[in-house]
Amino acid sequence: MKNKLYINGIASISAQAGNAVFSDSIAEYHQNIIPAIAPNYKEFITATALRRMSGAIKMGLTAAKIALKDAGTSMPDAIITGTGQGCQQDTEKFLKAMLVQNEAFVSPTAFIQSTHNTVGGQIALNLKCRAYNVTYTQNSGSLESALIDVQLQFLEQPVPETILVGGVDEISEKITSFLYLDGQLKQEETYNLDLFKTGSPGSITSEGAHFFSISSVKSSETYAGLLDVLVFNSNTSEEVSERINRFLKENHLTEDAIELVILGNNGDSRYDHFYTPLQDEIFRNKTQLGYKHLVGDYNTVSGYAVWLACNILKNGEIPEICKLNSVPIEKPKNILIYNQYLGENHSIILLSSR
Amino acid sequence: MSDLRTRLKQSIIEQLNLEEFEVEDIANDEALFGDGLGLDSIDALELIVLLEKEYGIKLTEPQQGKEIFISIDKMAEYIEAHRTK
Repeated sequence: MKNKLYINGIASISAQAGNAVFSDSIAEYHQNIIPAIAPNYKEFITATALRRMSGAIKMGLTAAKIALKDAGTSMPDAIITGTGQGCQQDTEKFLKAMLVQNEAFVSPTAFIQSTHNTVGGQIALNLKCRAYNVTYTQNSGSLESALIDVQLQFLEQPVPETILVGGVDEISEKITSFLYLDGQLKQEETYNLDLFKTGSPGSITSEGAHFFSISSVKSSETYAGLLDVLVFNSNTSEEVSERINRFLKENHLTEDAIELVILGNNGDSRYDHFYTPLQDEIFRNKTQLGYKHLVGDYNTVSGYAVWLACNILKNGEIPEICKLNSVPIEKPKNILIYNQYLGENHSIILLSSR
Repeated sequence: MSDLRTRLKQSIIEQLNLEEFEVEDIANDEALFGDGLGLDSIDALELIVLLEKEYGIKLTEPQQGKEIFISIDKMAEYIEAHRTK
């Protein structure tokens, strides 16, 4: 029996600044690899600590601190992180030094910080938090795997008060550019707001961090309820519809209970067929939103969808820029988030109003 | 000798990403660790690599670092006496 969990604090660092999606200040890009819009990290991290931090660590630690502050707490009972590529910048820095310097005189800092669990570790060090700390790296299901662990941790005794969970991934000069070579990125320069109209293979990528403070206790500031999470592997679009139906049934819901879906469409024509049946059939009469034209596609980008859903469930405002259809909606009660990457890794996240 | 100290400061600022510091901010007799420049154990590892890479000095005993990395003056003296390049 899963407990109902509440998202009480949220934070997003992405290619869109703050709440830009709810305003007219949408950032537009004519490039396929988009850096995140960095907040002023010095407001959150000391200069001494900042000097050796890569993008992922800065983004992750800052987002973690914002989410905790948003929830009115400072010390979580667990830190659970998802990252598909880990600290890619330090990995690349170390590998480049190995090559250039003929495997001698390599920087120990880059090596030490190149592991996937560096972000979770740095958050713990900064908060002086000695509690449960685990990092999940499962490709595009990394954040979702972390969320499943959150559900499991709340079944433990004693029941935790607050768990900090988040996803983070960063771009780096060489490793990210390799995505052009195997077709994960579009070969032509893309205007981000036209991503869904491109009709060509590949997508655009970016980086970001999304953290959430989750509790079993609802507060006046609660954004949303986290009802359930599922990750699965599949090669067929038919199975996706079946899985969604089964998932809803297991949560004692029908399709009718879902008023809004947030879909992971990324403009990659090779995998649109995973979304089309959902958009044309089971979710035909639901408000459909997309977000990857705003923040690109990367392994933990579904964190942006969760952040978006939290804002919608709390404030009722649906950003026009995200609408994939024109089905009208007022304040939704249940939001389903579906994402897939390369037609193999699929995930479903179900959120409800508080 | 003073050129060596200036170059050493430049290398330390660059290698340890001390973006907040300029060469003139670091006094020759200022403590590099603790209350001085505030370096830590990871920085000590970077300094060991720096000595070998730029001056051909290979430290094999960790204890040596404690005696050498006291200040820019101490480092410069050790480099002058032991450098191989």
